[in-house]
Amino acid sequence: MENIYDLLILGGGPGGLAAGIYGARAKMKTGIIEKGKPGGQAATTEELENYPGFGTGTTGPGLTKSMADHASEFGAEFIKDTVVALDLTGSPKKVTCKKGEYLAKAVIFAMGAEPRMLGAPGEGKLRGKGVSYCATCDADLFTELDVIVVGSGDAAIEEAQYLTRFAENVTIIVIHEEGKVDANKVSAERAFKDPRLKWKWNSILKSVNGDELVESVTLKNIKTGEEEEFTTDGVFIFIGTQPKTELLEGIVELNHQGYVITNDKMETNIEGVFAAGDCREKYLRQVVTAAADGAIAAVAAEKYVHETELWEKEVLSPDHPVLVAFYNPTDMAGTEKIGIIDKFVYENEKLSLVKVDATRNELVKKRYQVDNSKLPLVYLFKNGEIKASLKNISTENLKKIVE
Amino acid sequence: MIAVNKENFEEEVLKAEGIVMVDWWGPKCERCLELMPSVEELAEKYQGQMKFCSVDTSGSRRLAISQKVLGLPAILFYKAGEKIDEISGQEIAPEDIEAKIKQHSK
Repeated sequence: MENIYDLLILGGGPGGLAAGIYGARAKMKTGIIEKGKPGGQAATTEELENYPGFGTGTTGPGLTKSMADHASEFGAEFIKDTVVALDLTGSPKKVTCKKGEYLAKAVIFAMGAEPRMLGAPGEGKLRGKGVSYCATCDADLFTELDVIVVGSGDAAIEEAQYLTRFAENVTIIVIHEEGKVDANKVSAERAFKDPRLKWKWNSILKSVNGDELVESVTLKNIKTGEEEEFTTDGVFIFIGTQPKTELLEGIVELNHQGYVITNDKMETNIEGVFAAGDCREKYLRQVVTAAADGAIAAVAAEKYVHETELWEKEVLSPDHPVLVAFYNPTDMAGTEKIGIIDKFVYENEKLSLVKVDATRNELVKKRYQVDNSKLPLVYLFKNGEIKASLKNISTENLKKIVE
Repeated sequence: MIAVNKENFEEEVLKAEGIVMVDWWGPKCERCLELMPSVEELAEKYQGQMKFCSVDTSGSRRLAISQKVLGLPAILFYKAGEKIDEISGQEIAPEDIEAKIKQHSK
């Protein structure tokens, strides 16, 4: 038998790392598959000042390195490999990578997102030749040179300020009218006060020009329709991200932008498959929310694995018939009837009884369509299948269904 | 691998005989640091096939720009003082580098 993980986490950004911490700490055999160095997009942000408890001076690479060490300390295993295919519907779930194949009882998808390209002519050709999506990586190559920043969200405004430490001139290209940006207020106000930043309002980038290196860009004023050639050495593009969910297409439910749809337990539409972090459809994509997703997903996955195993062992596997009683512990009249079943099973030694608190066990309830308003309810299982059900619980009726 | 800077780039790379591979990296480039062990392994594995050098761009910015390197990581191949090939960008993998080394090996 191949080595089966209780939990496999795909992706080693903050979401995956937090899931790894929670999973491994819950004594699950946990693996984190990451093709490069753990840290994800957070590792490409030098200044990170809004992670609770870690203020000014915290860096993205530093914080994510601590998260990775933390996960290792609890016993999470890092697997350096690239995921190429997923078979998630069966059990166990199969994750195929470049170097090997891995099996897991539950999977957390946390592959994150990547910078979105603008799609302007010249952008692709001059990538790495002046066009960049990562200020931390490339900023210092632009020391004493001129750069522009395209975008006005948190990343654009914050990274533009970071770039002023290196570049001679930093000009921000904003599509909105003067004074309006999409970034959070704190960053925006700080940027407006920064004399080193220059602004081009009502403007979009039409093309990136240059032969071997970026030489200029063509900007268009969307109010006047005027176009101008603007000389620059670097073009930093921060216009949002797109999810890295191609591997899930046709398998897991995605929204029209490609983000994974989950409920508040991070469950996808496939049993035992969870998602965490920037790849999810959500309101706020930050390190702290990715970490929160990871914690929730790991706890939900642990519960799923535990419930599945228990159900397998006590209900589906036994050779003898098994009675399963679904009940609601707050319903007194209903719980009393469970006493009748207890007594019945006690006197009938061929049988065993499994009691399921239907208000807590989501998995089993969902699998067998148990309605909480119609409790208590009894099912008779033989060889893993439902042979009979009973709503009106009495010793006589129990006798009938068992025979 | 030979650490090269602005002082000895011409001597070690441009005037060298045969093929020279240069790994351009920077201390703030996470992807570069992540690739480095693999690049060193490759330098070991293909020793004798070509010369392997590396440049820390943080100390040799002008050199980087003169060689048209404005994005890291970047792996450039030189022959007789001319750049003959390159791969760059966040997405490059050790396998891509190895494929290029094989292509340019004698």
